[in-house]
Amino acid sequence: MHTRHPISENLDRLIACRACDLLLDRVIPPPGKVARCPRCHHVLLSNKRNVIDNTLAAAISTAILMVAAVLFPFIALEEAGLQRDASVMDAIGAFASGWSAPLTIAVAAFIVVIPVTRAVALIYALLPLRFGKAPANGAANSFRLAMALKPWSMAEIFIVGVAVALVKVTDLAAVSLGPSFWAFSALILVVVFENSTLCEWTIWRLLDPKKR
Amino acid sequence: MALAGPQETITAREAGLVSCDNCGTLAPLGSRRCARCRASLHSRRPNASQRVWAWLLAGIVCYIPANLYPMLLTSTFGKVSEGTIIGGAIELFEYGAWFVAVIVILASVVIPVAKFVVIAMLMLGIRHGSRLSAHRRMQLYEFTEFIGRWSMVDVFVVAILSALVQLGFIASINPGPAAVCFALSVVFTMLSAQSFDPRMIWDSLEEHPPRVRR
Repeated sequence: MHTRHPISENLDRLIACRACDLLLDRVIPPPGKVARCPRCHHVLLSNKRNVIDNTLAAAISTAILMVAAVLFPFIALEEAGLQRDASVMDAIGAFASGWSAPLTIAVAAFIVVIPVTRAVALIYALLPLRFGKAPANGAANSFRLAMALKPWSMAEIFIVGVAVALVKVTDLAAVSLGPSFWAFSALILVVVFENSTLCEWTIWRLLDPKKR
Repeated sequence: MALAGPQETITAREAGLVSCDNCGTLAPLGSRRCARCRASLHSRRPNASQRVWAWLLAGIVCYIPANLYPMLLTSTFGKVSEGTIIGGAIELFEYGAWFVAVIVILASVVIPVAKFVVIAMLMLGIRHGSRLSAHRRMQLYEFTEFIGRWSMVDVFVVAILSALVQLGFIASINPGPAAVCFALSVVFTMLSAQSFDPRMIWDSLEEHPPRVRR
């Protein structure tokens, strides 16, 4: 498995654009810059400082914020002496009755299960690297899972939904925001931070035991 | 070799190489698994155009009932009213919440319909050539992939309202059948965009060279 062919030595100096398949010399850009494909302008790789540290920080923050987001109510409503607050669990359960039941699972996955799974997978794949150890067993699969789940992680979309819902009910009753709302809002910042810091290409190279 | 751009270009496939979709490692064409990350290797995503069309069609089909059936069932003092996607947005306009109404219209009408149109246009452009430059089409594809998930906002709004507004006789809100259809439509369209292989745009330039503007 680890035999080194002469061709694989050479292939290491090349990179193909993921978006248009153009074959290029691999040039590592100066620190903080990104290299783009000259034909389609797709990002090839970036040279960000502390990729592992920053990605881990984002993953750990996500995990902590998710706990807060799930445990506390995110919105409360009061009208004519009746009070009601809704937690993320209530929002997930909103579709539980009738034929929309499968949507419960989907909503739970989009706003809680997938973001948490991604955070755990990233921590598992990158934490050993952070301490200078060899990647854990299955680190590659774990990182791949985290990347594949990325479009399906929708915590930040949920928070926009909360904002829209808020406007819809303000004429109905007095509404107040709970701690979970702020946890989710902070999650948006974490997502933005992760998107700006994570270079898949760099992490894959660090995960490769041969290249370290 | 036909020239695809202003400078002479060679793709990994033409060089007899395949790049791992997952980690970007190059391997000789025909290798089945990536030596670095063990992902299965494909020079182009297999059956991309069939998958794109299939998911797109499913997305469009689900989008129809999503607009016809009510999204929200609101009952106030025993009176039940049904709100469709468009109805809800109009209500918001009348109420004066312009900004939110625009968000709702964007998320549930403009973005989904634009996605259907863009994906279909990209696919037709690959087969028959397109008036748009490959570069412009690439931008459309990246935009579509980025924006698609945001349509889910409407489903979350329904979930939040249904969870929150349960004040018994005074007011209660429950999800309508359109919520499920709409969620399915968003998921199918996302899958359609994910099945699309942007390399097809650039490959098709050999068969349909860019039309020169005069």
